[in-house]
Amino acid sequence: MIRLVGILVGIGFTFVVLLAFVTGAYTAATEGLGEETAEKAFHLEAHGPAGGFAHDGLTPEWDLAQLQRGYQVYKEVCSACHSLEFVAFRNLEDLGYSEDEVKAEAAAWVVPDINPDTGENSTRPGTPTDYFPSPYANDVAAAAANNNAIPPDLSLITKARHHGPEYVYSLLTGYQEPSAELAARFPDSVPGPGLYHNPYFANLNLAMAPPLTTDGQVTYADGTEATVSQMSQDVAAFLTWAAEPSLVDRVKLGWIVMGFLLFVTVLAWLAKKSVWSTLKTRKD
Amino acid sequence: MSFPWAKQYEPTNPVAKFFDEKLPLPRLVYNAVGAGYPVPRNLSYMWNFGVLAGFCLVLQIVTGVVLAMHYAANDAVAFNSVEHIMRDVNWGWAMRYAHANGASAFFVVIYLHIFRGFFYSSYKAPREMIWLIGVVIFLLMMATAFMGYVLPWGQMSFWGAKVITGLFGAIPLVGESLQVWLLGGYAPDNAALNRFFSLHFLLPFVIAGCVILHIWALHIPGSSNPTGVEVKSESDTVPFHPYYTAKDGFGLGVFLLIYCAFVFFMPNALGHPDNYIPANPLSTPAHIVPEWYFWPFYAILRAFTFDFILPAKLWGVLAMFAAILVWFFLPWLDKSPVRSGSYRPLFRIFFWVLVVDMLILFWLGGAAAEEPYVMFSQLATAYYFLHFLVILPIISSIEKPKPLPFSITEAVLGSDEKSVLKNKSEPTA
Repeated sequence: MIRLVGILVGIGFTFVVLLAFVTGAYTAATEGLGEETAEKAFHLEAHGPAGGFAHDGLTPEWDLAQLQRGYQVYKEVCSACHSLEFVAFRNLEDLGYSEDEVKAEAAAWVVPDINPDTGENSTRPGTPTDYFPSPYANDVAAAAANNNAIPPDLSLITKARHHGPEYVYSLLTGYQEPSAELAARFPDSVPGPGLYHNPYFANLNLAMAPPLTTDGQVTYADGTEATVSQMSQDVAAFLTWAAEPSLVDRVKLGWIVMGFLLFVTVLAWLAKKSVWSTLKTRKD
Repeated sequence: MSFPWAKQYEPTNPVAKFFDEKLPLPRLVYNAVGAGYPVPRNLSYMWNFGVLAGFCLVLQIVTGVVLAMHYAANDAVAFNSVEHIMRDVNWGWAMRYAHANGASAFFVVIYLHIFRGFFYSSYKAPREMIWLIGVVIFLLMMATAFMGYVLPWGQMSFWGAKVITGLFGAIPLVGESLQVWLLGGYAPDNAALNRFFSLHFLLPFVIAGCVILHIWALHIPGSSNPTGVEVKSESDTVPFHPYYTAKDGFGLGVFLLIYCAFVFFMPNALGHPDNYIPANPLSTPAHIVPEWYFWPFYAILRAFTFDFILPAKLWGVLAMFAAILVWFFLPWLDKSPVRSGSYRPLFRIFFWVLVVDMLILFWLGGAAAEEPYVMFSQLATAYYFLHFLVILPIISSIEKPKPLPFSITEAVLGSDEKSVLKNKSEPTA
């Protein structure tokens, strides 16, 4: 009885889903497999800089000089529009700055506060315990200043995109004029006013004007030549650190854990072998 | 119950004797996972996953309780509190990655445990109750994991919650009221987040209770084994301790190596980047996908695109739930007297087809909802239902199984002196 009901129910579900398949297959046969979109045809996969990042792979290191340069790019360029809300000035000690340098650096930023005498909004120089201030008072102000597109917070940007560090690098170096082919095949995908073409962006056009445009836009203290590619990879590395300051420690600890586990697992295997060796086994 | 030759707990030291008289907990442990539990001697490594699943549950509870000390279930600060755990809490990143990847590890182990059950027909008499409780545990795990994924309150948390609770809206008449009641609002917000947190904390302990029932029910007939032939005599079994504690210990080591490789080297590989974007009800992600362990069922849900009498969405919801509920009926759908797939030539072919079908559904559940993926998922869904509800009942009546060994001892040692009167041509399960 239960099997009979089961067979009927099974045939029922199969019938309905195959009906759906037949209608889908008919549509596909008569109209093809959906429309080709500009995103599918012209979107490019993110790629990292030549030689990759120091934090890549299974033996990652922070390139402190690079992180400091990347921080400088964030401070002088990105921070005009993008916040970094989960990072505090005290975290900058990770980049190799001393406690005094961090204090001085924090003091160079203006953070919002409340006037203790009047209770009114005021500002003061930052201290190491402050977090990076947002460039805008609120989302409405951010949208109003940026053609209705709110610049995303950058503290997690490399974790919030597929292949984040490579994505940031590719996006920053990937601005270009839309190709003639794109304009011919997908006239709607040509950037409108206030939009810029970038094949690494999900829908090919974004509201952010190219932020790094000329070599030497930032003057590096360590003398590194500030090409657009160099600035892009430096800030991508800095944002990777900002998104996950524990990345390098995590992988390093991972090797110790793996080593320990491997040792214990070998012991466990020997123990298992020894315990089972007393049992009779097949004679033939 | 246990076999008559099971070792008895005989405490010698006065403290152990004192406990045994007043509260025989050590005796309980001894009989459950100690030398007092005789287990078939021929269990393969496929029998490791029960212990590993238990380990995963404990791991999730321990890491989860610690995370709950630092997490705040409020939609204004939930996302920030997770970042607080990642950045400011000592070892917080390790706890969170261990917990997030622990959920995936738990499901990997459970899927292997379930498919072990499929191949060796672990659901058959006298073990139906173990199987039924197991399916209940799986359903509880799915509910727990779903609600846990909502807690970080990222984009996928929010939109996943919206899509999944939206499924209840497909139920005729009461659907929309039910959905509003479940969420505490018209869309996921603080009310939903708070109740999900409460339930996410509660359900693991319900699971733990069900696990106790699962093990209790297991100890009545004892463990199954790869031949599917029931234990006949003492030579068929070995005491759980030290034989299987040693074997499970090694299995645990291998499991931890793989698990820790994920936790330390690629902790976000199984997650979705969009969940590092705070929840935004005004911005829909391009592709809303649940966590990977839901993909086969998500593919089945989306396969129904044709309104046949009922709306397609309702068909999808019914099929998705039916896809798991059908497991409850397996003990009665599969009437073959032979348990082990090793002795069922026809069944074995279809078992592997099911494995491939399931892998295809995994792939399609994570793919975009567009052609040709939808067509593939329709075919894969059709096979899924045919397999359990049509093919399994039919092959169990037409198949001619291979001869079974007389006993586990014979299967292991090549002969069993007790099998003087054996008749090898008849299944003796």
